[in-house]
Amino acid sequence: MDFAFTPEQEELRAQARAFLETHPEPSWQELAELGWTGVSVAEENGGAGLGFLEEAILFEEMGRALTHAPFWSTVAVVLPALPGDLQAEVARGEASWTLASGPLVADLDTATRIAYVGGDTIWELDGAEREILQTNDVTRPLGVVSGGAVGRELGSSELLPQLRTRSLAALALEACGVGSRALELAVDFAKERHQFGKPIGTYQAVSHPLATTLMELELGRSLALFAAWCIAEDDARAPLAAAAANAHCADAAVAACERSIQVHGGIGFTWEHVLHRLYKRALGIQAWEASVGQLRAEIADHLLGGGA
Amino acid sequence: MDLRDTPDEARFRSELCAWFEANLPAGLRGHPGGAARFSDDAVRDWSRTLYEAGYVGLTWPKEYGGGGKPYSYQAIFLEEMARAEAPQHLGVIGLGMAGPTIIALGTEAQKARYLQPLLSADEIWCQGFSEPDAGSDLSAVRTSARLEGSKFVVDGQKVWSSYAHIADWCILITRSDPASSGHAGLTYLIVDMKAPGVEVRPLRQITGEAEFNEIFFDGVEVPVENVIGDVGGGWQVAMTTLLHERGTLGFALTAALEVTVGKLIELARDRGATPVQRDAIAREWIELQALRYTAYRSLSALMKTGIPGPEGSILKLQWSEAMQRVTKLALELLGPDAQLLADNAPYGGYWQHAQLRSRGNTIEAGTSEILRNIIAERVLGLPRSR
Repeated sequence: MDFAFTPEQEELRAQARAFLETHPEPSWQELAELGWTGVSVAEENGGAGLGFLEEAILFEEMGRALTHAPFWSTVAVVLPALPGDLQAEVARGEASWTLASGPLVADLDTATRIAYVGGDTIWELDGAEREILQTNDVTRPLGVVSGGAVGRELGSSELLPQLRTRSLAALALEACGVGSRALELAVDFAKERHQFGKPIGTYQAVSHPLATTLMELELGRSLALFAAWCIAEDDARAPLAAAAANAHCADAAVAACERSIQVHGGIGFTWEHVLHRLYKRALGIQAWEASVGQLRAEIADHLLGGGA
Repeated sequence: MDLRDTPDEARFRSELCAWFEANLPAGLRGHPGGAARFSDDAVRDWSRTLYEAGYVGLTWPKEYGGGGKPYSYQAIFLEEMARAEAPQHLGVIGLGMAGPTIIALGTEAQKARYLQPLLSADEIWCQGFSEPDAGSDLSAVRTSARLEGSKFVVDGQKVWSSYAHIADWCILITRSDPASSGHAGLTYLIVDMKAPGVEVRPLRQITGEAEFNEIFFDGVEVPVENVIGDVGGGWQVAMTTLLHERGTLGFALTAALEVTVGKLIELARDRGATPVQRDAIAREWIELQALRYTAYRSLSALMKTGIPGPEGSILKLQWSEAMQRVTKLALELLGPDAQLLADNAPYGGYWQHAQLRSRGNTIEAGTSEILRNIIAERVLGLPRSR
């Protein structure tokens, strides 16, 4: 029983944090050169042949850095549905993808190609018109597609539950990153900001909600890493673990941002501060794929049998 | 990262399951119902059976009668013991607090004298830390220890002491320097609970049962060789004790919550639940998984460093608040039946007792307020609040 990252994995995290801090909008080519787009692509297709645990580190770090790139939509969602040659293109940084599984589609501003579900098959959608909508989270805008032609057949729609599980887990990991950064900002601020002659972090009305935030985020990180491990190991518990992780982490990240805004006072409410962008990413994670209430309903069905 | 048992751990787990199946007396499985408790004698016999099978002190050094195994074995033991619904060893305070403190800071003579009978449940330990005026602020203890030749003379009062009514020994924090205050001038003693001048009075609690006791010390003589650590250095010894209390607790807590959440799910299947209640049950199941995997992460860190980290406070905080939510949710599912007690009540009054008992969970072994201070100050690095 070992629930710790290897030194190589820790090194990947350090590398990701350093790069993403200075590159909020990395090009897909830059991410490919770092080896990240092909982390889980087989070596014969030009990838690193690693797995979801390494990708998990990148999802968390990209949440933390509010990275604006189609990494989640390509790597978490579409990649396993792609045939080997198209995976090789992703690894080389020549293509990025998003999945049009409902009326709203994420990352249409950055993803180069679009997959969609038609009947029992996942296809490429060629030459569709893209409209980017105004969205709360500008680092992951949503849009709509229209027109276009059926392109290459990518895979069976039987893959969709697996793609959803990966997406839920990846968003849970992003949420851990978002929430942790919001907490760190709050802690730094509470140490520096003085009122009534003391740092405000001295007051338990300030420090205790931050302690609760740390607890919720660490509990969430455990759930998200367990889900990631299940996915990496093809463990049958993966769908339930990903649903649990997403339900907990999305709420924890939103709460972390809200408490951080409160601790910052007026400055946390301003447009110039980064907090509102973290908050909007957290709200976006909470809204995407399935609401936390829907996920808990699925878990309740599993535990208690069909709906009441 | 690999969350599977190693082949050796898997073998240990399957042998252990089979052993519980074969050796746990039917009368000791599960819960005796309501505020009833298994008799101390029956649990002592069971503890001895566990000891003879080699399942007590799994991680303790072999030279002191332990198993010399990695911490993961203790985690597996606690998980399977909870799943078998077996009662825990009677010597909870000895195994979790006194023993680890003696191993870490005791003399060779103390290790040779106390550890083996502690493991075999031949001797039971209690803890004399809290006083009427020293609760969360443990450094305010006033129970005095006056050095007279080769012995200390102890006078004072301790409170909230589990097992004191059957204990042979007490780990006692005293003020040995009457001029001192705060963390200085404290001395940590091993006190014979059968010595003249020791009086134990049970405290009846909110559930109606008496788990805790007051202990009065009136001129109790304690030989100087019963000091653990240095005279005047009792605070450091006490911190070692509390570190171990919180460090090895995660799996026991997860196991206890797993049993309770399992019963909640059973209750909801039996009696039905509204959509809102189903949502709340799913939430508690998620929180249980979160506690479990956080205990795993904390175990991995413990196995690397050998010392429990302050993040153990997260486990206790989460567990105690979860126990309160889960048991209250169960009462909601029971409806008016929730007011019934003991034999009149569904499930033998398990939930009525468990709900009231859970109010103590956020008070005992560090209140939630103190735990949030610890997280704020030692994990987040915020300035001290006092």
